[in-house]
Amino acid sequence: MNDLKVKGRAWVITDKKGDLINDIDTDQIFHNAFLHITEISEMGEHTFGNLENWEDFPEKCKPGDIVLTGSNFDAGSSRQQAVDCFKALGAKAIVAGSYGAIYKRNAINSGFPILTFTQIGDFIKEGKIKNLEEIEIDYLSGEVKIISSGEIFNIEPFSKVQKDIMEKGSLLTI
Amino acid sequence: MSGKTIIEKIFTNHSEEEIIPGKIVWIDLDVVTARDFGGPNVVKNFRENYKGEEVFDPSKVFFTFDLTVPPKTIQYANNQTICRNFAKEKGIRVFDIDKGIGTHTLIENGLSQPGSIVVGTDSHMNILGAVNSFGQGMGDIDITFGFRYGRTWFEVPETVKVNVKCNSSYEYSAKDLVIKILSILRTDKILGKAVEFYGDPIEKLDLHGRITFLSMITEMGGIVGFIPFNENTEKEIMDMAGSEKIADEVRADTDAVYSEVLDIDISDIESMVSAPPYPHNGKKVSELERVEVDFGFVGSCTNGRYEDILKVWAILKGKKIKEGVQLSIVPATVGVYKKAFESGILKDLLFAGAIISNPGCGGCAQGHIGMTGKGDVMVSTGNRNFPGKQGDGFNYLTSPEVVAYSVLNGFISDREH
Repeated sequence: MNDLKVKGRAWVITDKKGDLINDIDTDQIFHNAFLHITEISEMGEHTFGNLENWEDFPEKCKPGDIVLTGSNFDAGSSRQQAVDCFKALGAKAIVAGSYGAIYKRNAINSGFPILTFTQIGDFIKEGKIKNLEEIEIDYLSGEVKIISSGEIFNIEPFSKVQKDIMEKGSLLTI
Repeated sequence: MSGKTIIEKIFTNHSEEEIIPGKIVWIDLDVVTARDFGGPNVVKNFRENYKGEEVFDPSKVFFTFDLTVPPKTIQYANNQTICRNFAKEKGIRVFDIDKGIGTHTLIENGLSQPGSIVVGTDSHMNILGAVNSFGQGMGDIDITFGFRYGRTWFEVPETVKVNVKCNSSYEYSAKDLVIKILSILRTDKILGKAVEFYGDPIEKLDLHGRITFLSMITEMGGIVGFIPFNENTEKEIMDMAGSEKIADEVRADTDAVYSEVLDIDISDIESMVSAPPYPHNGKKVSELERVEVDFGFVGSCTNGRYEDILKVWAILKGKKIKEGVQLSIVPATVGVYKKAFESGILKDLLFAGAIISNPGCGGCAQGHIGMTGKGDVMVSTGNRNFPGKQGDGFNYLTSPEVVAYSVLNGFISDREH
């Protein structure tokens, strides 16, 4: 059974102006040049390999980290690799403004925690969470705690299907 | 009890549960497919999790190879062979590297029947909405589960109704129409929703126009789009899908409940391009400063039909593509290829200077028929222009007509200069 809570450093995926990036496409997360890869352990090094200024993310990301990103995250392709590459790096969760519909299913089905926080763009703009700040997320209550300030805010908790699959590991083991 | 939208009717026919938007239900799948991307991952998952077990129904499970066809590297060759071996063992049919784009192949082979649910490892599965089938792209875990059990969970999407109106005599194409609407709806208005489109500009689309239009629901963030059939397209749909009849249930009830009704006026439409870096970054060709082009691409699940190639032929026949500019043409399927070959239009296009490739996903899959280099400009009939997707250059999405004029003139244009 997977944990239903996570604590880790938050990577805030921003552009040069410091705004959270919206509409990050699958080819920016995991380029189609590497779709022959079927071993999850080999996928990590290609994460964000085609996202401007984030190409070195695989070297910077440490196991246990959390990724914060904008709306319509992973628009586009159906590739599972766009979820698996984060697993390979040991990233523990993603929080985004919203997700591409297929990505949402892929993450849920593989038991990888993704959470939705529609106001995330404003939150980052207002400087409420800084890059690499430590945060804690409770998947079932949707409560997020910023460790340094102790501030608590709420995001959308897991859906029932997400919890059920997460508890069993993946769709293939339910 | 209130009426149902198209997606709700299709779900109702595939589930024992009551269908309410937002509810998670189990639905039965009519056809489950995997491509050469995703397929080997499905085989790996299946072997690891369902050792010694069989697929739910070998007559409903297919591989469709369309991305690197024929395989351009040893890794892709090995991946395709992994799928073929699995298929042999399980009695599954493979639409192999000679057949073309999976979604189009499924329609042409009668495997995407109106009212059915078809899933595959292709984010543009929803083009099957053109034949009133619910097509859904999925990742390899979902598809592995589908291979084994023939069912999946689904959150019933809300349906948005979009009424499109146009008071203009401008002769626009299906691609102009979808780029125009995509730049209005962008990626947030229908994210995660089903959509039904109504109104004259939509309803007069013929079947290949509907395929073009609905393929880009993905770029709007939508789950699936439907254009209800009318008398003009009913026969066309039945011919292409090999159906004997179209069931009534794919029409929405008159009292169906929509989460939102959007009225869109596109009266200022002209020839359109999606300028980089986003598909929803629609611009009129007339508004662009002169953009010199290096490459043209005609093909993809969006614009790879015979009718699309015919439009390019009508413009380029007897002429020469501008010196230094390259045009690649990739038919969607072997059926399209044969028709274009027999009709002689490919000969004229070859003599006009085009590169003509075997059917498949062509320019949209990395490396096959070529990428752009730094600073290059490509005009493409594809559906995505995100940075880096098709090389280091700039990719403008547009209609077959604009691609043809652009490679003729050497700059993005919608008429001969």
